Amino acid sequence: MSNKPSGNGSDSSAALIREIAERHAPRPGPLLPILHAIQDELGFVPSEAVPIVAGVLNLSRAEVHGVVSFYHLLRDTPPGRQTLYLCRAEACQAMGARDLERHAKEKLGVDFHETTADGRYSLEPIYCLGNCACSPAIMIDEFVYGRVTPERFDALIKEA
Amino acid sequence: MTQGGTVRVFVPRDTAARSLGADAVARAIEETAVERGESIELVRNGSRGLYWLEPLVEVEVDGIRHAYGPVAAAGVPGLFRAGFLAAGEHPAGLGPTEAIPYLAEQSRLTFARVGITDPLSLEDYRTHGGYEALAKAVELDGEQIVEIVTESGLRGRGGAAFPTGIKWRTVLGAEGAQKYVTCNADEGDSGTFADRMIMESDPFVLIEGMTIAGIAVGATQGYVYLRTEYPLAIEIMNEAIGIAEAAGLLGENVMDSGKSFRLEVREAAGAYICGEETSMLESLEGKRGMIRYRPPLPAIKGLFGAPTIVNNVITLASVPIILARGAKYYQDYGTGRSRGTLTVQLAGNIKRGGLVEIGFGKTLRELLEGFGGGSATGRPIRAVQAGGPLGAYVHPSRFDAPLDYEAFAEFGAMIGHGGLVVFDDTVDMGEQARFAMEFCAIESCGKCTPCRIGAVRGVEVIDRILSGVDEAGNLVLLKELCDTMVAGSLCALGGMAPFPVLSVLDHFPEDLRAR
Repeated sequence: MSNKPSGNGSDSSAALIREIAERHAPRPGPLLPILHAIQDELGFVPSEAVPIVAGVLNLSRAEVHGVVSFYHLLRDTPPGRQTLYLCRAEACQAMGARDLERHAKEKLGVDFHETTADGRYSLEPIYCLGNCACSPAIMIDEFVYGRVTPERFDALIKEA
Repeated sequence: MTQGGTVRVFVPRDTAARSLGADAVARAIEETAVERGESIELVRNGSRGLYWLEPLVEVEVDGIRHAYGPVAAAGVPGLFRAGFLAAGEHPAGLGPTEAIPYLAEQSRLTFARVGITDPLSLEDYRTHGGYEALAKAVELDGEQIVEIVTESGLRGRGGAAFPTGIKWRTVLGAEGAQKYVTCNADEGDSGTFADRMIMESDPFVLIEGMTIAGIAVGATQGYVYLRTEYPLAIEIMNEAIGIAEAAGLLGENVMDSGKSFRLEVREAAGAYICGEETSMLESLEGKRGMIRYRPPLPAIKGLFGAPTIVNNVITLASVPIILARGAKYYQDYGTGRSRGTLTVQLAGNIKRGGLVEIGFGKTLRELLEGFGGGSATGRPIRAVQAGGPLGAYVHPSRFDAPLDYEAFAEFGAMIGHGGLVVFDDTVDMGEQARFAMEFCAIESCGKCTPCRIGAVRGVEVIDRILSGVDEAGNLVLLKELCDTMVAGSLCALGGMAPFPVLSVLDHFPEDLRAR
């Protein structure tokens, strides 16, 4: 889930995507590992990846697109430099996650699934980080923070 | 373990401890030790699961571990000045760790090593009884292993509580050139973190349990289907698998038994439905996580059409102690048809949140008040959601119910994966009911209509009730909708998402009204 920005031109992306797909293709059930590997490299699964991966795995484009669109944590648009995941699930709700959600959206000026105008943060909902005894929890890229009050949220995004 | 005046200091590396600053505490301890010329060995152990005390620092003096917590990085120099390396007194001092009542009153069987060892030290794992069970298992035939697991009374800890031995026996008896062991580590229920703790704090116990399962039923390949939301667990499991392979504990010739078992982590991608076993299998095959019709059961026709064990992390991680100590030892914990221990996770608005492993049969009140110490805010507890987002909201009038599968089922609640999410009296139960439907709408795989459409309609109907549009008529409609979803959905998501809603209608009707 690392979010390296895509600095590559389209040609080199296509070559990279093909290389990833071919590398994982011999594994049983290779599609999710391939899509994760593409997202790890590029930060998202670009639409151009769909026909390439479909071709390598001998699947239809619809099958590959169907998988990309099914899973909440695969994305088909470039993320901001950092992705903020706010937990919306019950344990966090019990400790103020709804207030935190309102605060975060207002502070960043974006809704869920959006990226700030300066390209710095993408805001995503998430349903449980397994930090339910230290709620509310958020994750910034791959690091989880606990007991995140609105004040702590502000401090964290200042640091981040 | 003190060598030449070197003191062992422990700072957990699990997600929750780190989320509260454990890394900074660890750095501060190392730096301060250097400044003061003290010789320490810093161990990044797993968490004890006493989360209100994290970051919890421990120091080993004369073989006894003493705890300090919660510790902030800024407080580290003060700990040194108070002589914590010799278990000196300090306001954050908690005395010997094992004597902390929250821990002392538990029966840690599955979690025996969690928080004590370095998660990636195979030597630590073995010193604490690790791989004794597998050593026994390789000497037994599949039938004998399955018999021990059956006799122990172990039931699936993922939520459905299906007897593990029966599932294994079905796979053992099924015809198939290739069989699989899959571990459902897509712990998506809010309020649960026991699977994460096992994987981050004692990964070898899961590896050992899966290896035993593989040897028992003749499966040579295992997969851990692990949620993307747990990046640290993914990292630690992958490292541990590499270590086990290098030591001959996984691979072509497990423990020189001539038996083969390989294991691989497969990363999920953020779909709650993939915690449903057939969706998980679809996902492992690289497809959309759409649920399958049953029969055939996964035990007969599972992953890639082959006989497949699908078990939760805690179920598989409980197997080694059963094999090592015997079925009777495990069975002696618990009550009625709920044998062994239950890993309760106290979460949400609770003063002392954490992991409590105990024999079945304690009451909710003992958990919430005894272990948990009441709400975090100090206000009265108004509701507890048990068993995840598909579980009922339990009213305080039920708090004397014993924790066992059947007792909970009697009043329409479930223990599920053991998560208890606590809410104080500021909770708006109407909002909670609405969220249950909203969550189902977001996570529905879309295969069956009652779930796919019903959940969306559920949100709309609740919105109408709350905004005062034909309240009486819409309340009737909501009940009928819930009935349709319960009776007509293909799997537990649509079939149980109405349970929290119905529990609000039954026990907190004053909150599901026009406002």
